[in-house]
Amino acid sequence: MSKRTESAPIEVLLIEDDRADADLTMRALSRAKLHNHVHHVTDGHAALAFVRREGTYATAPVPDLILLDLNLPGRDGLEVLEEIKRDERLRTIPLIVISASDSPENVRRSYQLHANAFVPKPLDPEKFLEAVGSIEQFWLQVVKLP
Amino acid sequence: MTTPVPVEVLLVEDNPGDVRLTREALRDGKVRNNLHAVPDGVEAMAFLRQTGPYTDVPRPDVILLDLNLPKKNGREVLEEIKGDAALQDIPVVVLTTSQAEQDILESYRLRANAYVTKPVGLQQFLTVVQSIEHFWFEIVKLVPR
Repeated sequence: MSKRTESAPIEVLLIEDDRADADLTMRALSRAKLHNHVHHVTDGHAALAFVRREGTYATAPVPDLILLDLNLPGRDGLEVLEEIKRDERLRTIPLIVISASDSPENVRRSYQLHANAFVPKPLDPEKFLEAVGSIEQFWLQVVKLP
Repeated sequence: MTTPVPVEVLLVEDNPGDVRLTREALRDGKVRNNLHAVPDGVEAMAFLRQTGPYTDVPRPDVILLDLNLPKKNGREVLEEIKGDAALQDIPVVVLTTSQAEQDILESYRLRANAYVTKPVGLQQFLTVVQSIEHFWFEIVKLVPR
């Protein structure tokens, strides 16, 4: 993986099938202090093709951060998480699960599969924007990404 | 999100000044928490496995881990935690002065949940700990007990 230079935008891969939630996430990230590009895919197959740079994603950048919904068509979010985190070349990319399916089982399973964090998706749009803002604040401003 | 039960935090840090500052920053946080500090990697593993003097300690909800530690370094501690099925679901935030690209990449490879560098200034240090507090105690859902 190449080292990101300070001036280069942060590449964020958003894996989310719900149109409204994706719009909210992108709106919150567009307000971020740090320059970032959001790449949006809507199902698990596309997500894996993107990170593996297959097919139409051959020239896609390696994401610096992945935001993953759990309820996805095609391949389930937990499967996508498992595939990414067992791939030697991809496992170092921080992956945040953002999901309304925050049952104890899903939370535990996500951490066991090495999700970097589990953020429950608030139903209220304002709260949702705040949550994405907090992710941005911590992961783009405080954390050292690989 | 406020929880009625306090968040149990294990801080693995050999510098008493940093322990004191972290304690101070977390005390001012919104979410009630208990900070348990151990000074080296061997003590950290004893705490996590509840052996020796640590038979009655709680299972931590979050671990803050320095990398440069006496006896057993942070990388080894991280590797042991993330290789142990009974402990691997506890989020580990690496908190270190090292900005070396190799340490960052190696920590994520060993399944650190996040890598945060300690800033030099006092106020900046408090701000960073408060950011960790806000994200991990208020935003994130931790593994249920």
